[in-house]
Amino acid sequence: MTRPASAPDGAGAEGRRRAGFVRRRPLAAVAVTYLAMVVAATLAAPVLAPYGADDQDLGAAFSPPTAEHWLGTGALGRDVLSRLLLGGQVTLSGVAISVVVFVLVGVPAGVAAGYLGSWFDWVLSRTWEVVVAVPAVIVLLVVLAVHPNDETLAMIALGLLASPGLARVVRSATMDRRDALYVRAAQSAGLSSLAIMRRHVVPGIIGPTIVQVSLFASAAVMLETALGFLGLGVQRATWGTLVAEASANLGQQPWLLVPSGFVIISFVLSLGLIGDAARDAWAARMTGGSPLPRVPTRRHADPARGVVPDEPVLAGGDDSDVLLRVRDLTIAYPDRGGEVVVVDGVSFDVAAGEAVGLVGESGCGKTALATAIMGLVRGGGRVVSGSIRFGDDELVGADEATLRSFRGGRMGWISQDPVSSLDPRFTIGSQVAEVVSTHSDLSRADAWAHAVRLLGRVRLPNPADLARAYPHELSGGMAQRVGIACAIAAEPQLLIADEPTTALDVTVQAEILDLLRELQADGMAVILVTHDWGVLAELCDRALVMYAGQLVEAAAVDDLVASPAHPYTAALVAANPSLARRGLPLPTIAGTVPPPAEWPTGCRFAARCPHAVDACAVPVSLTVPDVEPPGRRRSTRCILPESFTGSGPRREEVPA
Amino acid sequence: MTVEIAAPPVESETSAPAATTREGRGPLLSFLLLAAGRAVLCVLLVSLLTFVLASLVPGDSARSILGVNATPEQYAALRRELGLDQPLAQQYWDWLTGALHGDWGTSTVSGGSVGAELLVRGRVSLVLVVFAIVVAGVLGVGLGVVSAVRQGRLGRFVDVVSLIGAAVPSYWLGLVLAAVFAVYLRLLPATGYTPFGESPVEWFTGMILPGVTLGLTTMPLLAKQTRDSVSDELQKDYVHVLRARGLGERSVLLRHVLRNAASPILTVVGLMVVGLLSGTVLAETVFVLPGLGSWVVTATLAHDLPVVQAVAVCFTLGVVLVNLAIDAAYLALNPRARR
Repeated sequence: MTRPASAPDGAGAEGRRRAGFVRRRPLAAVAVTYLAMVVAATLAAPVLAPYGADDQDLGAAFSPPTAEHWLGTGALGRDVLSRLLLGGQVTLSGVAISVVVFVLVGVPAGVAAGYLGSWFDWVLSRTWEVVVAVPAVIVLLVVLAVHPNDETLAMIALGLLASPGLARVVRSATMDRRDALYVRAAQSAGLSSLAIMRRHVVPGIIGPTIVQVSLFASAAVMLETALGFLGLGVQRATWGTLVAEASANLGQQPWLLVPSGFVIISFVLSLGLIGDAARDAWAARMTGGSPLPRVPTRRHADPARGVVPDEPVLAGGDDSDVLLRVRDLTIAYPDRGGEVVVVDGVSFDVAAGEAVGLVGESGCGKTALATAIMGLVRGGGRVVSGSIRFGDDELVGADEATLRSFRGGRMGWISQDPVSSLDPRFTIGSQVAEVVSTHSDLSRADAWAHAVRLLGRVRLPNPADLARAYPHELSGGMAQRVGIACAIAAEPQLLIADEPTTALDVTVQAEILDLLRELQADGMAVILVTHDWGVLAELCDRALVMYAGQLVEAAAVDDLVASPAHPYTAALVAANPSLARRGLPLPTIAGTVPPPAEWPTGCRFAARCPHAVDACAVPVSLTVPDVEPPGRRRSTRCILPESFTGSGPRREEVPA
Repeated sequence: MTVEIAAPPVESETSAPAATTREGRGPLLSFLLLAAGRAVLCVLLVSLLTFVLASLVPGDSARSILGVNATPEQYAALRRELGLDQPLAQQYWDWLTGALHGDWGTSTVSGGSVGAELLVRGRVSLVLVVFAIVVAGVLGVGLGVVSAVRQGRLGRFVDVVSLIGAAVPSYWLGLVLAAVFAVYLRLLPATGYTPFGESPVEWFTGMILPGVTLGLTTMPLLAKQTRDSVSDELQKDYVHVLRARGLGERSVLLRHVLRNAASPILTVVGLMVVGLLSGTVLAETVFVLPGLGSWVVTATLAHDLPVVQAVAVCFTLGVVLVNLAIDAAYLALNPRARR
């Protein structure tokens, strides 16, 4: 693909890019080569063709392939190979004419409409609306009825007819560019419209144009050959008339279908392959360069890693009312041909009616863990090992029907983005009623009535009217209440809420938290995924801190805030705006969570930890520190928990 | 499909929501009127275009009917009879009002009424298109949905089929099918048409090869679009949430995903119908069916302009009507667009 001369990289980089293109898309490279060969052979047809297009060999009529006639002969003993080669000249020149018209009309029209907008854009849109409703074949037939066998005119008409389609694509590519920041900048810097177009707009439309041209060229080949087949085109040997000849002699020599069909199909197929490859290459460049190299990576949690096993985080109350018991849960995602562990041997309990928080930065595995409890890890992830017991039932490895009865039945899910988690095509009421009837034997009318009651329970005004509204008519807060109504439709024992307030306004956040607290007071246990300590403190008694796929600390929320026993917790607390001290700059945690494939074997936080020592390079287990006073259950994954316990968050030590 | 759950007093999802009734149906009606207006305009434009093109022909219909040996008097008389001595605008107006009353002129080749034959042949083409839509719809949507759900190898299979399918000319495929099923296996008739009234069985067997040919050549487009939009939908939040509420996979797929994926699929169905109408030209020629497509080809070869004009307008009308129906279906499916 071409780049403007003003592009920063030179010819060498361009060459390398081309080589990369060939390597990554061998099929497209084959297609380009094949097309070039066909075109070259067609151009050289007068030299290459062993016979003339109309040379007759009556004795050898309808012969199969022989040494004299490599592809056999047709009626009157005319050589098929020669007719294909010479006929290609007619077909391909017709296609070339229409492609030239297509580009010469479509590109300028599209650029003008996209860049200048206004009335020209309007005219283009209206033209497109009309043209798209007219079957191209019909227009060509009208043209050919008026000017019999004038194929050049027909192909020009075809190019004209299709050009609004190209113009539309070019228009939107131009508009994307026009609205891009750097073009705005160039405009305010006083560059002329023409210079902006050449430097910034034209490079943006080359890719889409190549895609459109290859699509149109294949359509043009199909139409030209169709005209030939129908006898409406040039009255000479062309690829299309060869199929017509085969058609007329189907009973006599079906072989005739093969060479003509092969040449048309392979040619169009090659154009299609090139178009697809150009589109992919373009999409890849738009989204940031070449695809990642495929490196097989396989990291599995190794149970025999030679450390003391983690101590499971136990529930706050006594052991008898444990609702959810997660043990050594390991979740992996597919990654570049291998699999990568994102949640690594997590063990914890949740008691009935308890509210437990799950905190950590993005990319620590919170959501993977939360979804795994329902058996619904997204994006191809799976539970590699471990156990999830809900009451007396094991969920890991349970069959789909069992899992379905738990989902929405004994546990409810509240998602992060309330609006996009409702189906836009159904009314609120029918979506709630659907959950109700999935988990009960209520009649349609009863399910609807119950749905309305549920909408009232989540404090939505006028539930009976609102039930008939569609999701797009709701605010985010209302949508989240609908989401909660769906989640509690079957009176679940556990609610799992994945950052339920992140997408909402602050005032609405408080209302949703009130609602969740109310539901918890009614006896539902809650697992709240969040990164907001304010939200956490509002709702939860206890929290689990996750870092890089592991639990690193677990304790009562008050204890975590007042005396973190893991430097990550300390840093998270310090970096939280809702707990920040007035007048001091808000500390941040230096660095980012490393991607799962790069997690170290030792303490995973060591690289970002201000307190890290050499001993942190060995794996650390989750343990109950000795200094813990009896009665306060807490665990930490740090070899130096003493340095934080009781000392409070060391704001000054967290690098800003 | 699973049973629709809705408020008992409301019969179905597709009935307008309460808010629309409150606000009146103004926007909906104006949208449909606008679409209908566009459709009429489109048909008029095409008819005008064909008319003007036809008037540019050196030597008019009178000349082609009479041949070169007619006397100037005969020629002038026929010109007057055909209205060719009138100004172009008058001629167009006469043709248009005639067409609206079912009088599409006279074939310059057969001398018969174009309107009468249009009805007979239109029926054949309509049946062919319906056959093809059924074949393409069942195969395309089926293959698309299954490959979206299964991904992997079947997804690649759909890719390959759609790529190759787009490269195979319908007339060539028709010839191959005819060679295999009619000439070689002798299972089906190769060519010809039996009216339904004469023998329903032969009518049906005669339509199989043309219908399958036309359906197969348009199917890949539909399969690919179906797969793409269904897999897009499957990635969305609401699908995950529906599953998290314990809904069965069948209900998620058939009730929710397919309905949401329908809009882009409908757009492709519109394009597909344009392709099908064009395709009748080739399929009817290959299988020698007396429909509009084969008629317009012979008329083009014979320079029979009234016929070409009539068929061009008919096909445009067909496309425009299908697009109107798709607009209406889009509205019915999309509550947001109904406002």
